[in-house]
This record gives sequence, C-alpha cells and structure tokens, in this order.
Amino acid sequence: MRFHCITHWLILASALIASPAIAFEIENRRIYSADPERSVLRIISTADLNVFDPILRAFQEQNPGISIDYSVAGTTELMKAIYSEGAIFDLAISSAMDLQTKLANDGFVQSYSSAATATLPTWASWRNQLFAFTQEPAVLIVSDAFFTPDTIPQNRDALIALLRESPERFAGRIGTYDVRRSGLGYLVATQDSRNSEAFWRLMEVMGRLDAKLYCCSGDMIDDVASGKLALAYNVLGSYAVSQQATTNGFHIVELTDFVNVMLRTALIPVNAQNVEGARDMIDFLSVLDTRQDLTSATGLPAINTMSLQENTAFRPIRFGPGLLVFLDQMKRRNFLRNWENSLFQE
Amino acid sequence: MKAHGSIRRRLFFQLAGVAAVLSVAFFVVLRGVAERAAEGTQDDILSASATAIADSLRSEDQGVTLELPYAALSMLGTINEDRVFYRVVAAQTTLTGYADLPQSTTTPNLGEPIFATFDYRGEKVRAVSVSRAIGPVSDATNVVVTVAQTRLGLEAISRRITATATGVGVGFFLLATALSLWAARSALKPIERMTDSVTRRGPSDLRPVESNTPAELVPLVAALNSFMARLRASLSQTEDFIAEAAHRVRTPLATVRTQAEITHRKLNKPEHKRAIREMIRAIDESSRSAGQMLDHAMVTFRADSLTVDALDLNAIMADICDRLGPTADLKDIVIQRDFWNSPVTFKGDGILIQAALQNILDNAIKYSPEDSTIIARVDVSGAITMSVTDQGRGFGGVDTNRLTTRYARGANVDEIVGSGLGLTIADEVARAHGGHIEITPNPEGVGACVSIVLPIG
Repeated sequence: MRFHCITHWLILASALIASPAIAFEIENRRIYSADPERSVLRIISTADLNVFDPILRAFQEQNPGISIDYSVAGTTELMKAIYSEGAIFDLAISSAMDLQTKLANDGFVQSYSSAATATLPTWASWRNQLFAFTQEPAVLIVSDAFFTPDTIPQNRDALIALLRESPERFAGRIGTYDVRRSGLGYLVATQDSRNSEAFWRLMEVMGRLDAKLYCCSGDMIDDVASGKLALAYNVLGSYAVSQQATTNGFHIVELTDFVNVMLRTALIPVNAQNVEGARDMIDFLSVLDTRQDLTSATGLPAINTMSLQENTAFRPIRFGPGLLVFLDQMKRRNFLRNWENSLFQE
Repeated sequence: MKAHGSIRRRLFFQLAGVAAVLSVAFFVVLRGVAERAAEGTQDDILSASATAIADSLRSEDQGVTLELPYAALSMLGTINEDRVFYRVVAAQTTLTGYADLPQSTTTPNLGEPIFATFDYRGEKVRAVSVSRAIGPVSDATNVVVTVAQTRLGLEAISRRITATATGVGVGFFLLATALSLWAARSALKPIERMTDSVTRRGPSDLRPVESNTPAELVPLVAALNSFMARLRASLSQTEDFIAEAAHRVRTPLATVRTQAEITHRKLNKPEHKRAIREMIRAIDESSRSAGQMLDHAMVTFRADSLTVDALDLNAIMADICDRLGPTADLKDIVIQRDFWNSPVTFKGDGILIQAALQNILDNAIKYSPEDSTIIARVDVSGAITMSVTDQGRGFGGVDTNRLTTRYARGANVDEIVGSGLGLTIADEVARAHGGHIEITPNPEGVGACVSIVLPIG
C-alpha cells in the first residue's frame, strides 16, 4: 500500500463535477456505487483513498443503497472548496482542526446530535458540529540507516543538540511539513510554537541544515524509509504506523516532552444535500472505537480517552475559538514570516 | 341554617394566593438575578478578551500590527461552545478579523468598553468594543477592537436557570400551600374544640361556656353565654310557673274532692252517685297530674344542683311501697317486696329517687288489673337495679325510648287518664345520677318491667 499525494494528482475536468467553475484542486476521486442506489453521499476528505477505503466499504455494507462519491483534497483545498467556493458536499472530513473549527465558527456547518455522537467524550466534539473520530499523534520518524535504537533522540532538546553536533551528517537529510502548503502542517507547527520555545530553535537548526519541505506525511515516510532522509519531524503518526506494516527501515518516535495529538473530524456543511446519509456516516464514525477490524485495517486510532491517558506527553489539541487565532490574517502572516526566516537563511 | 362560605377555605385560598404571588415574584427575581449574573460573566470575558487583544497592539514602521494572543480567543471557549468573531479597525480600515462585523459608530473612550447586542451571520451576538491609541502621541492611530460571541451558551444557562427557578418556585408554592392548609386548620381548632364541647352537652345543660376561648371568639361566646342565661331564666320561669300553677290547682282540688265525697255519701239515687264518682275520679286524675308536674319541675330544678347524701335504696323502696300500699289495696293488688339482703348504699338525692320510684310504682298500680301482683325489686348484681314489674297491659310495643319524652304515652292507654310525665321524671332522675331507665316486657308473663339502673359507688 502506498500513500500518494503529488504523484497522483488528478485535476478533474469540470465535466466530472456538477459545478462548472472548479477552482479547488482534487487529488483523487472514487465512486463506490450501490445497486440499487437510493442516494449518493458526496464526501470531501483529506484522508487518502487507500486509508479510508475499508471504512467506506464497511459503511456501505451497513447502509446498503448509499453510493459514495469520495473526493480526496488537501486540507487547504478542502477549506477553499467549502469556505470560499460553496462547493456542494454532504460531508467534509479533515484533520486540520483549525480549519474545521473556522468552518463551524463562521456558520458553514449544520448541527447534529444522536445517541452515537453522545458516546463521544466531550473533548472529541464541538458545538455538535465537529465530530472527531480519530486521535493521531504528530511524531518524529527516524531512518534505521542513520540511527541505532540507542542513539534516537527522545525529546526536542536532544534532537536540537544532535542536529547541532553533526551538521554534516544531517545536511539535506531532514524533512518536515511545508506549512505554507499544508493546513495540517500549519496546525501542528502553530501548536508546537504555542507549546514550546524549542520549536523555533528547531526550525532555525533545520533551516541551517537545508531541510526538505513536504506537503504530505506519506512522502516524508517514503523518503525516510528509503534512507533519503535521516529523519522527518511532525509526521502524522497514524500514517507512519500503517506504513510500518509493509515497509521497514524507519522507527516512529513519540517525543517525551510533548506530542501534539490531532483529531480528524467530520462535519456536515450547511448546503449538504444528502443530510441523512451524512448523519449515518457521522454515527458510523462516532463509534469507530467499537470496530477493531476497521481501526487495524486503516491504522487510524479511534477516539479513546483511555489510550490518550496512557502517555502523559500526549496533548490532544483542544477545540475552541483558540484555534481561530493562528488563522488570523495578520497572525498567519507573522507566523509564516518567522517560519520562513528560520528555515530559509541566506 | 345554611352554610355561607367557609372561613377555613377562605383562609386557605388567601394564604395559597399569597404563596402563589410570592412564588412568582421569587421566580422572576431569581431568574433576573441569575441571568444578569450569566450575562455579566459573558460581558466580563468578552471585555477581557478585547482588552487582551488591544494590549497586544503595537506600532511598527508599516503601521499598527497585532500579534493576536492565543488566550484572547481561547478564553472565550472555556465556558461554552459559542461562535466567536472579532475585528480590529485602525483608522477606519480593517486591520484583521471579520471585516463585515458591525462596529459601533461611536468610538469607545479609552478603557471603557461599549457593549452591544445584534444579529450577525444568522445569530444573535453580544459584542464588546474597546479602543486604544497606538503610536507616538503626536500621530496616534485610534484602534478599535471588537470581540463578539453568540449567546447559545447563555441561552442554555438561561434555560437551566429557568428550569431551576421554576422547580424551586413550584416547590415553594406546594410547600406553602401545604402549610396554608395546616395553618387554616390549626387556626380554626379552637372553634372546633368549642363546637365539640357545646355539642357534647346534655339537652338541659345551659351552663355558660367557660373553656379557653381565643380573644377573637370572646364576644361570640359572651353573646352565646348571655343568650343561654336568658334562656335558662326563661325556662326556669316557665317551670316555676307550672309548679305554681299545679300547686294552686291541687289545693282547691283537695277541697272539692272532700266535698264531693261528703256529697256522695249523702246522695241516694244511684245515677247521682255515679255522676259524683266520675267527678271524684276526674278530680283524682287532675290532682295526680298536677302532682306529677310539680314533681317534674322539682326534678328539673334539683337535677341542676344535685344534693348528694348517703342513701339506703332498700329503705327508700320500702318507704315508697308503704306509701302506695293503700292505693294498691283499693284494687286488691299485692306489692311483693324482693329487696337486697343487705342495705344498698348509694350517694345521691333521696328526694329525687323517691319521686322517681313513686312515679314508676304509681304507674304500675294504675295500669295493673285488679287482684294482681306487683314485684318491687332492689338488686345489686352488676349494677344497682331498682325495678317494678307489673302484670298490666305493657306498653303495646311502642318504641321504649320515646316513652321517656315528656307527655308521651303507651299505645294502649285507652280510657286511662295520664299525663305521660311519670317515666320522664324517672328517666331524668336516673340520668342526673349517671344511670338510665330500662323498659322491658315482664319476663314472667304479661306486663312490663321498668327499672332504674344506677352505677355502683
């Protein structure tokens, strides 16, 4: 199983989608048709098709008659589609909690509650509009070609010290998100900057080492596994775990100072047409914790308070208007300027 | 008498009404205070947020910049999940935030937030604006920061408060109503107590009511007592009148009877003799009735203030038998004495008991056929029973309770003249002594048995 991003970009022609002017970019799209078909559920999601495929099939099995039109887009494109362009989808799934929060805050989301959503812990939903169904840590992955188990840094300070010690070893060999392109990368980076001053030092060090910038976790994992990169910082842990099932050559490190845990959320846009289907899907996702088969098939860790409490370094990102702060035009401009100043040193 | 309204009901409804008014007032006040507190909390947090934003404004070369503090917005999410909007305007141009968020036209004074409530993006929001002058004093830019939040959390609090206030109000009302019921009942307890004590009285008990009387009822009781005193006076006047009348009639009758007997002896013609005999018999009856009326008046009078002497009932019964022996002899009636073998002592009014026994025995003689036996018995097995059993005609199956009322007589009295007072007298005497009379058929054949039953001791 491979995770595709840039390699399989499908810029779909207008004929494929009802709306004539498509400005947002769709990376991939698959239609799971049901026979007989009662309704079509149109989902826009940041989750790769390969990852989400088992969930979609299981949902369809449980709700026969619902065809699923599944489009994959980046977090920023998803935001653009719904926020700026009024694209019509029945369900939007994204791990960029801040963008999802902005959609809900600014009135692009309709409310829903049911017995299934009531089983979610309070920190896993917001306003009855955002429903989290996975908790995914942002991790460091290191290449086996560069590290033996006892040389792997366990926290950010150790990582910074290591990078400073041997710049010649790591120059051009480290990777992280390009926060300008990836909404998810931006979210993790901003939360990092809130949590620790070490973040900016790390960015400085990475900048000096000519860090490679990526749009997506999948590519970073590939490059670390193949030995092209020594390490990649802030990789989506769930992708790394599921990649590890088929690929050797890298280790996953949950840093001990803190680990940001992102919640992948689903929401129903106000202009959804198949609201019933979307609600069925949210109910289905809310109890994902009870579907061991799906969580192991997808590698997506379902919402579970117990497993969060096992590691005290886990910091689940809290929903709330605080997430809007880094989306502020001025704040974002300043943050990106600082980030670029750190990473691109002349 | 028709009941017109009820004091208890009126008292209860008035108290319950007061409770209802208080409950509603309580509800309104509680809700008002709590909602104002909740609104105040939201306003405070909004102000804190706007102030935090304003405090992080600073002047740079390009103009005013803002490093939006994370806490400024995240604090708004701590108490509810409401939507949050903000806008920062510097010199009439939007610096950042929601450019379409309405801002008050008046610029808030420094340090004084302006609050407003309006609709924005389809929901009611509460907004606060604060201002700051940023930059050098000579060329300061006036920056207005507005932070707005929807009020769903507030509405939820309001609903909770309303529910609580309603619950407390209803609970208060129910409790107060229950207490009103109790209060109304307990306030009227004295009236019930007095009603009871008056109801329990015997028919001839006209003593003034002297039980503990609440101040409010004193006039009513005083009026009642004075009414009873007048009634008593009037009744005793009537009794006096009857006694006086009977007395006045009896004395001349005795004279008339003597004259009639003398005349009877002188007359020879049988038809004349028969007429005189009729006359004598009528005189006897009249005299007897007058005697009974006198007795009755006396009983009524003495029963009110009973003299208590130690009596031997055997002796009294014997005395009565002696006294009426001649009358019985006239009809060849034998009075058989069946007394207790030892003296029967009883504390009571001897004159009254004599009068009672005399009337009973007199009745028995009057209604017994000639040549019969009357048994006068005194018995102390169980209660003290003094009975007179005759072989007369009985009472003809009339309700025996009714016979003791004044002027009531048996169903088979026919031509026998009588006043119907005899048993009444016996009954009143027995009851004055805490006993009663019993009227039963003669267990040994025809006739009746009238007993005075008195408690021992």
